[in-house]
Amino acid sequence: MGRALLVYRLAVRDLRHHAAQAILLVVAISAAAATLTMALSMNGVTSQPYAATKTATDGPDVVAYLTSPAQAKSLVHAPGVASSSGPYPVAAAVIGFDGRTAGAFAQGRSQAPAAVDQPDVTAGSWVRPGGVVLERTFAEALGTGVGDVVTLNGQRFTVAGIAVTAAQPPYPNLCYFTASSCPPWSTVPGGDFRNVGLIWMTEAGALGLASKANPLTATYVLNLKLTSPADADAFASQRFVPPPGPSSTPGFQAPYLGPQFSTWDGIAAADALLVQDAQSVLEPGALLLALIAIASVTVLVGRRLSEYARRVGLLKAVGSTPGMVAAMFLAENLVLALLAAVIGIAAGALAAPLLTNPGAALVGAPGAPSLTAGTAVEVVGLALVVALAATLAPAIRAARTSTVAAINDVARPPRRRGALIKISAGLPVPVLFGLRLVARRPRRALLSAANVAVTVAGIVVVLSFHATVNSRLAAAASESLTAGGLSDPVVTRDEQMLTVVTIMLLVLAALNAIFTTWATVIDARRATALLRALGAQVPQVGSGLVVAQVLSALPGAIAGVPLGLALFDVLVKNASLPPAPWLAGAVLGALLVMAALTVIPARMGARQPVVEVLQAEAA
Amino acid sequence: MSGSGTALLRTRGLRKDYGKGEGLVRAVDEVDMDVAPGETLAVMGPSGCGKSTLLHLLGGLDRPSAGELWLNDTRTDQLSERALAGLRRREIGFVFQAFHLMDELTARENVELPALLAGSTARQARRRALALLDRVGLTDRADHLPSALSGGQRQRVAIARALVNDPVVVLADEPTGNLDSAATLDVLRLFEHLHASGLTLVIVTHDERVAATADRLVSMRDGALVDETRLTGGGMRSVADLLRLEES
Repeated sequence: MGRALLVYRLAVRDLRHHAAQAILLVVAISAAAATLTMALSMNGVTSQPYAATKTATDGPDVVAYLTSPAQAKSLVHAPGVASSSGPYPVAAAVIGFDGRTAGAFAQGRSQAPAAVDQPDVTAGSWVRPGGVVLERTFAEALGTGVGDVVTLNGQRFTVAGIAVTAAQPPYPNLCYFTASSCPPWSTVPGGDFRNVGLIWMTEAGALGLASKANPLTATYVLNLKLTSPADADAFASQRFVPPPGPSSTPGFQAPYLGPQFSTWDGIAAADALLVQDAQSVLEPGALLLALIAIASVTVLVGRRLSEYARRVGLLKAVGSTPGMVAAMFLAENLVLALLAAVIGIAAGALAAPLLTNPGAALVGAPGAPSLTAGTAVEVVGLALVVALAATLAPAIRAARTSTVAAINDVARPPRRRGALIKISAGLPVPVLFGLRLVARRPRRALLSAANVAVTVAGIVVVLSFHATVNSRLAAAASESLTAGGLSDPVVTRDEQMLTVVTIMLLVLAALNAIFTTWATVIDARRATALLRALGAQVPQVGSGLVVAQVLSALPGAIAGVPLGLALFDVLVKNASLPPAPWLAGAVLGALLVMAALTVIPARMGARQPVVEVLQAEAA
Repeated sequence: MSGSGTALLRTRGLRKDYGKGEGLVRAVDEVDMDVAPGETLAVMGPSGCGKSTLLHLLGGLDRPSAGELWLNDTRTDQLSERALAGLRRREIGFVFQAFHLMDELTARENVELPALLAGSTARQARRRALALLDRVGLTDRADHLPSALSGGQRQRVAIARALVNDPVVVLADEPTGNLDSAATLDVLRLFEHLHASGLTLVIVTHDERVAATADRLVSMRDGALVDETRLTGGGMRSVADLLRLEES
């Protein structure tokens, strides 16, 4: 008990005396913890709104896509079917509004309410002759509202209303299965499978969309409610007719007659696609931030430890065991990590609803982000792992330090790199000094490189994302498949996520760069003072400190490029490589920013009074 | 207090204050001093009397609060930091009590360092360093790290480093303060050679044996010069006496 009290007392006093360092440490870990909280909170976030929408719209358990209305009869009367609506004809069309165009599936509906899947009109009114209703997310992307006039295959219609449904996933995931299983309605003029929206209109209106230039490719939708919704998958798989295989007769392909099915749980999962991308950005983002946090905490802890070598010696001299010394350092940092985890969880939980809003596609409030005990445990675990990974080695080193050496504050001898010293002898003074500084503390140089590698990787992910989006838009445009001018809500959300994560990465990396430079400045103060006593100029010494940081950062900046590309490749299939100048710009930019961030601490370090430093070192 | 008529180092009304108001400490107080070319000057006095501060001012490591400071015909108290650095590089060599060698550099690399700072090529610096290490009797220790050298050997490396750019004056702050008797004699022998070669030396010391080797001895108290003694027959003869004394 007495020992625990001593550890507590020493830790608290130390934290009070070094509040700024403690705050920086908490900030670094909190950022990673908050990001992970947001990522984990998205699990199941859309399930609640989907359920609310299904109830509000009498949503179907199974949706059947037929190639002929005659196929409906056997399904409507199949065992287990409680009620149904349809079949409704579906026509493929190109919708145009205010210069923007997109592919659309126009579902022909009765003006009377349907028993199953009666879309919930959130603005305006239900379909009427000459008046169409747009799915809400699609309407938002198109920028249209009630009363606007849109064109469908060149014909003019008024937007009578905006509605939501639980029978189809919202834009841009309407055809959510896969490209191959999207038929029979996949050949949408003006749309690919990600850029198609849903429209309801009168049956006559849907059938009237055909023209000579644009012959109607119709299919039919049949909505089924089952007595046991849990059996939806079994119901669908029993009745699914697989598409015909490749024909043995060249040039001939047997027509696919269907039917195909989608089930309520598949639709719910497709709804979750709205936040899935964001999740797939946040989770690796949290990992990157955690890596930077480890680098930051390692530098901070290492710096504090070297500052307190004498304290370690005194503790040991008065009888502290090596274990107790290690416990003190560990306890201090683990308590800070726990505090950071709590702050991170709170910040993540507060921010998550802003990010997890499932958009306009569903009714009801988005599910409160599911901050479960499991999420909290994972986040606390991450924070503790970060602190432990960064603290364990220095704590053990403190415990093992010779008491006499520690009490005399004998600095850890720098490494000698003979080859580097030899090479540097022929270089200009700033490079000579910088190179030798790097060689003195290779572990710190490695941490600095890791910090920059992670940051550049984050930047490369952002660049890759934009390159991929640009390339997909360009490909779609070249094939006239683009949803011309429409914003993709998922892309917009991904951009927001990436921006948030990138800003956090940059801020942490900047802090880390400053910590590292300062640690180098403190560590090199004797060498700096000595060089100045021997006639080196302040700018030469200051430049040397900057060169040391840039040299450490260089391999990290270069390694960050393949790291970022590999990470993005894992996150996104069919990713496009960013142009080489973008990547070169990322590397050069990171190095320039690194140099700029280190100029002030380096100049301060170079200007330290020579006599004071040399006398302090001699004492 | 003056030495010869054409002083290499000259101070007039040199003052260095630390702190303000009631906490003001005058470390160097109105010092007038001339050091002639080729002269060896010893500065003695009790701890805290301002000896080291005076040496730091002479070497441009610190700036005076008032007064004038001249090296040859250059008024150094008004020089920019950059010009002072150049002066330290070319004209002045420092020898510290605590040696202040770079732990990760070998003896040769430590000696090379000021030469590289002064713009010598790596080859020139190496050649010069090896020659100086030979001169201080450490040829066989050229590739040893400071941790593998004795205190006397480290100080000899530091002296070689101070000489690498052919300075006009060497300023030594308690150069034997951390050395045993044998090592002290080694260092004194070196200073004797430097003196004989015409180099100007200013040595701050507590050690009367070291002071006895000088041409002139000044004493300091409370920052001011209070006494001056011209030591007849200083230099080589005194060291020889010391050597005989140690050997007997």
